[in-house]
Amino acid sequence: MESENSVSHPALSRTVLELPPSGIRRFFDIAAAMQDVVSLGVGEPDFATPWSIREAAIYSIERGQTTYTSNYGLLELRRAISKHLMRLYEVEYNPDTEILVTVGVSEALDLAMRSILDPGDEVIVPEPSYVSYKPCISLAGGQPVVVETKAEDGFAVTVEALEKHCSKKTKAIILGYPSNPTGGCMSAEQLQKIVDFARLKNLFLISDEIYDRLVYEGTHCCVASLPGAYERTLVLNGFSKAYAMTGWRVGYACGPAALISAMMKIHAYTMLCAPTAGQKAALEALNHAENSVREMLEQYNQRRLLIVNGFNEMGLSCHIPKGAFYAFPSIASSGLSSEAFAEKLLYDQRVAVVPGTAFGAAGSSFIRCSYATSLSNINLALERIAVFLAKIRC
Amino acid sequence: MINLSLMISEPTDEILSILSRDARVTAEQIAKMTGRELKEVKAAIEAYEKSGVIKRYKAIIDWEKAGVEKVLAFIDVQVAPAREVGFDKVAFRISRFPEVMSVWLVSGTHDLRVLVQGDNLRELGRFVAEKLSTIEGIRATETHFMMRRYKEDNDLFVDSDEDNRLLVTP
Ligand SMILES: Cc1ncc(COP(=O)(O)O)c(C=O)c1O
Repeated sequence: MESENSVSHPALSRTVLELPPSGIRRFFDIAAAMQDVVSLGVGEPDFATPWSIREAAIYSIERGQTTYTSNYGLLELRRAISKHLMRLYEVEYNPDTEILVTVGVSEALDLAMRSILDPGDEVIVPEPSYVSYKPCISLAGGQPVVVETKAEDGFAVTVEALEKHCSKKTKAIILGYPSNPTGGCMSAEQLQKIVDFARLKNLFLISDEIYDRLVYEGTHCCVASLPGAYERTLVLNGFSKAYAMTGWRVGYACGPAALISAMMKIHAYTMLCAPTAGQKAALEALNHAENSVREMLEQYNQRRLLIVNGFNEMGLSCHIPKGAFYAFPSIASSGLSSEAFAEKLLYDQRVAVVPGTAFGAAGSSFIRCSYATSLSNINLALERIAVFLAKIRC
Repeated sequence: MINLSLMISEPTDEILSILSRDARVTAEQIAKMTGRELKEVKAAIEAYEKSGVIKRYKAIIDWEKAGVEKVLAFIDVQVAPAREVGFDKVAFRISRFPEVMSVWLVSGTHDLRVLVQGDNLRELGRFVAEKLSTIEGIRATETHFMMRRYKEDNDLFVDSDEDNRLLVTP
């Protein structure tokens, strides 16, 4: 925690000072100072954005399309998003009132929390889960309430667990499937139970579906498409993962008009609009990048099977991640904590992974290994991890 | 609704697509990457090799970088089609020269497009003048020398940036 008694300027916000720093940051600092690191720590695609998408953005810049767009985002893009969700999931969103284009899912999450929470309101966060959920809740004045999920359930959240943590102050549940860090997915049947529960308790469902296109077994279920879900669900999605567009900063939120309009109000004051060239690129992605998505999906899938097989062979039990691009093996058999494991592995074998605790206490006997990297890197990392395990086991 | 699970190639195609990206991936690796038995993968590859689906394995070499001078030319050839065999006779004949890398029958003002490789301009010029244009049935040729290679068989021949992602990100 930073020092509060600075002499040169007034103290910073207590909320910010009390916000725990990201567990990922520390590992980044260590890894960045080292040479010849093989990284399984990267949470973004190793592919460059498909060329047709990049080219569309260049063209828009050449034509001088460099102004602000509507606060809601380019209407053309909102229409394409609406069509896309209809085609994939048969959910219908009105491009005029129910879709907001944001600066990534990151901004959409923040807007959602600020739009639904009053001080003291609670939001249920299944963990292990994405690092931003809890801080976004806290920064919006809310109270994150953690529900632990387990490897034996494929990291799906259950109604039994929710019931134990639901109170009168609970306002929403965050769902992040396919999951970063676990790769876990939830089936339509499993999700329906959560939807029914949310209806019973009158809760919002904030569903971060940014990995929806990266599903290797079964099909993705869009939460809003389930009976009873639509009017209480906010679907968050974006272009970062499926189209390898992390640096473009474009995402979107779809949900009830009143909620979208509230989010737009904040967005209009704090962000004005998402980057224009990025929105043009996103439009091209939706219209013409299906083949690229398919190609990347196929390669991720091959790496997924390779890396999971590798972990299981060296005795790190690894549930089968059905989506995203992360394997989440258990390192319990090593006798080390996930922090210690990740740190020793980095210093000893120059392999960077992220300790499961970065995603919540429920991740304490796991490490997150991203397979969004080349086959040769995966093979090299697996070899080094095997050497590391042999060393610490003897 | 579209069926998303169909988006991954059939397992047989998958072996080919892995090898077409990198021919040095071993059968053991492919078995792991596709979740199939090693025996099955080995048998499939062998069958592909036998039937000629996989013709052979080779390295993609940037000869310029290796400091080896090579001259490439595209030669468009007009052919008087022969009775019964059409363009085949001339095309096969051209194909047998070791200088000739590729021969395609194409639509447009010419009939055959031939890709020829030689050690220098003089050698290629002689090939066209003495060997190619003298073949019976060839009416005219038009030669385009390759000046610079940007991309070939899906491989870019410009130096690409390294992976500049941060080492650890959320
Ligand atoms: C689960 C999840 N949600 C949201 C994000 C942020 O995505 P964006 O680039 O759209 O802000 C990430 C990125 O790592 C993620 O993994």
